[in-house]
Amino acid sequence: MSLVNITPKKGDGKSIKAGAGPSEGSAITVPVTKDASQQRQKRMIANHFDKLSTAKEDGKKVAYTFVPGNLTELMGAFEMLPVLPEINALQSGMRGKSGAYISEAERGGHSEDVCSYVKCDIGMLRSGNVGPTGKTLPSPDLLLLSYTGCFTFMKWFELLKAEYNCPVVMLHVPYQADGIITPEMRQYVIDQLKSDVIPQMEQITGKKLNLDKLAEQLARSRRAEDALVKVWESAKNRPSPIDGYFGGVYYIGPIFSAFRGSEDAVAYYEELLAEVNDRIKTGEGPMTPAGVMSNQKYRLVVEGPPSWTHFNEFWNMFSNEGAIAVASTYTRVGGLYDQGFRHDPQDPLGTLADYCLGCYTNRSLPSRIDLLEKYIKSYSADGFLINSVKSCNSFSAGQLMILRELEKRTGVPGAFVESDLVDPRYFGKANIENRLQSYLQMLEARRNGNIAASGSSPVVIGSAP
Amino acid sequence: MRVCVGVDLGSTTTKAILIDEDGQIVGKGITNSRSNYEVASAVARDEAVTSARFNLLARKLEALKGEGSGDIHALDAKLRAAFRLELYLDELAALRLRVTEVVAASGPRGSAQVKDALVAIFDRMLGDAPALFLEGDARKSDFFRDIAGAAFMHAAEKLAGERGMRFEELTWPFDRAILDVETELRELDFAATLGRAARRIGGGLPEGAKKRLFDIVDSVGTEPIDEIAFSGTGYGRQTLPFPKAAVRSEILCHGRGAHRYFPGTRTVLDIGGQDTKAIQVDDKGVVTTFQMNDRCAAGCGRYLGYIADELNLGLHELGPLALKSCKNVRINSTCTVFAGAELRERLSLGEEREDILAGLHKAIMLRAMSLLARSGGVKSELTFTGGVCKNEMATKVLRELVDENYGNEITLNVHPDSIFMGALGAALFALDDLRAGKANLLVVKRPDKKAMTSFAQPDDACASCA
Ligand code: SF4
Repeated sequence: MSLVNITPKKGDGKSIKAGAGPSEGSAITVPVTKDASQQRQKRMIANHFDKLSTAKEDGKKVAYTFVPGNLTELMGAFEMLPVLPEINALQSGMRGKSGAYISEAERGGHSEDVCSYVKCDIGMLRSGNVGPTGKTLPSPDLLLLSYTGCFTFMKWFELLKAEYNCPVVMLHVPYQADGIITPEMRQYVIDQLKSDVIPQMEQITGKKLNLDKLAEQLARSRRAEDALVKVWESAKNRPSPIDGYFGGVYYIGPIFSAFRGSEDAVAYYEELLAEVNDRIKTGEGPMTPAGVMSNQKYRLVVEGPPSWTHFNEFWNMFSNEGAIAVASTYTRVGGLYDQGFRHDPQDPLGTLADYCLGCYTNRSLPSRIDLLEKYIKSYSADGFLINSVKSCNSFSAGQLMILRELEKRTGVPGAFVESDLVDPRYFGKANIENRLQSYLQMLEARRNGNIAASGSSPVVIGSAP
Repeated sequence: MRVCVGVDLGSTTTKAILIDEDGQIVGKGITNSRSNYEVASAVARDEAVTSARFNLLARKLEALKGEGSGDIHALDAKLRAAFRLELYLDELAALRLRVTEVVAASGPRGSAQVKDALVAIFDRMLGDAPALFLEGDARKSDFFRDIAGAAFMHAAEKLAGERGMRFEELTWPFDRAILDVETELRELDFAATLGRAARRIGGGLPEGAKKRLFDIVDSVGTEPIDEIAFSGTGYGRQTLPFPKAAVRSEILCHGRGAHRYFPGTRTVLDIGGQDTKAIQVDDKGVVTTFQMNDRCAAGCGRYLGYIADELNLGLHELGPLALKSCKNVRINSTCTVFAGAELRERLSLGEEREDILAGLHKAIMLRAMSLLARSGGVKSELTFTGGVCKNEMATKVLRELVDENYGNEITLNVHPDSIFMGALGAALFALDDLRAGKANLLVVKRPDKKAMTSFAQPDDACASCA
């Protein structure tokens, strides 16, 4: 996520490669002055992977865990270091390594239909477990499986258990089938924290849980979350000072991964918010592969994760056409803070339960529709786009129903494209581009009645022979 | 005459439509897409302009009626044929020149014996040419590559036999030269070419009628046709040689073109060589939603082409053969690769070709039905477009499946000009642009003879089955 690699282009301090796609040669180079927050994030990540690489010597315990329903504050209270296999997988996708990792896993017997995050992770593990910064990742002391909505999570850690032979602790989070969290559901999660998760962590680290320390972590989470929500809501401005999908995945990095509850995360989000506020003042849009995008023709809401292997190409297709994402559900996958949830230091275990129960992957299809409807309306979107990824059996199922229902409720037309998370074989550039451009032109044609505009100003190019 | 131009650059053919300022179709042209999209677009556009002039000519010829010029329609047809012949002869001359150059540059392969034989081949082609166009024999194709290719091979085969040479000794210069010739953009002097055509056929007419014919031919040849707006669409959008502001999505264009032909249309199913699209349009022909196949071309025209190759049949033979089937064979796979395997397996089990083919058609159309359902279903009037709509079995199966799924009240349209729907939609968008004061024009650089071959290719072949 935030771990997108923004590296200065050699010999040119003013240009960056926005992300490193699999096709290094074709990565788009954009002139940009790198935001201070971005530089901070980069340092934070490098630092974290440094710590991981020496975890064993330093006597630190390592837990592997998932983004949705992650218990980062609790791990922080025990000074455990988290590793997030999903993030490693998407990083491998962006660095052009996932194709080989997936083949490695498929050679090991995993079918083409298995979620490509899983295969990429397994392949990376079999290839030496070298992380995104080039340093080797430590083996886990604990597999912390907070189970929120996706069955694959369970299978994934079953596989990792076989590889690492370390304890797994499962936090079973009941699914929000009816779109509500009952007191019983909440209590059930709290009970498991008390009876399984915390004792297991105590045993591994040899420390007792310090509730004050946990509360401090949660208080810091809250501050970062406050700032992040303001960042999201800034997209209600015209022009939007952020891209809430492609740009958004950079913003969620710290809070969805190892840093929630840390001073670093607070500093990052407050800095980011200040930068966004500056852009609101000057009426400036966000940085995109096509440069600063202040002229925004289409405001879109996006559902589904991006294709990590072709991140820049995909983003480029939007920015070339003047389309900006004002909100996305994927960037809410690690926490729906803009819907009111905040970590609460007064009720440490209860708040962790609420967090896990409320995360996006634990939501039913109807409540995902409600959320998207809210975004389309409150962000005054011209349209919405679903990127349906082949890998994700849990969340791609039913997306066409979501599309139809949203069209019905909002009158706003939806677009549907198909790709994959980190399997480069499923990205058909021309096909996706065709669909996206057709969709945007359709928005334009419908905007103008029967007159389809083709450009912003009259262009007469030469005369016929 | 002032016209708006729409060009649809397909993976196999390129189409152009001219409409006047009232949106009426005045000309249309089609050519093979070759390896050079810019040339293909220009040729299709030139063809459309030519066809517009012939439409004009047909109207003016009416005036000759009763002046001893015989059947006007026959005269019109003769003139068109003679015009095609003149064009063919021009291209043949260019081909001859290019073949000569190729042979001259080829060292020992281009021996005196080969050179001499090639001269004889071209002389024969020249001699045979008028009959090809004027004697009413149906040509299999209108594309120079196909006509000249067939004529060359025919003459070469004969000559090889007569002179005791190997056939391959004579054909390689053709293979090398044809690409250059068909990607070479020649300026068409319509008036002069039509003049030559008129003189070629005018001999038989009484003096008065002949003079009048020549006058008409002159006036049609010099009538200015001004292109005032352009828009383009097509497959392989990355490589469309059009200014960005003039490019329209093929989905929008197909929807609009189909709606223009059949204003009651609310759903369009387009099955082309590379993809399948299910499109919903509103009462103005503006797309409201669409679905298309993923990047795999299974179930598209290419799949049928592959099956035809497997069975050693021409693409146009598949439909009629499948129609003969009276047994239901269920084909499970629409993946091009698997279907090939399944086809061979069925054949080896003794199933009849027509039954297997019928099953394959059904498999494709079932896939299309699922796309239609995903796009929101069929409401009142469905128009079927794209290359596959020419296949009788495909339309038959579609009719059955639509009846089954949406009731038999649904009107199903198939238009003989359905291949032009995309170009027509593009032309209508060009007219919109014109009315909105932001018309674009298609500018074609007529490149130097030598620097002409570029090999733009569509970039989206499916890795797993292409
Ligand atoms: S199936 Fe979907 S939710 Fe589950 S692990 Fe894969 S990407 Fe994540």
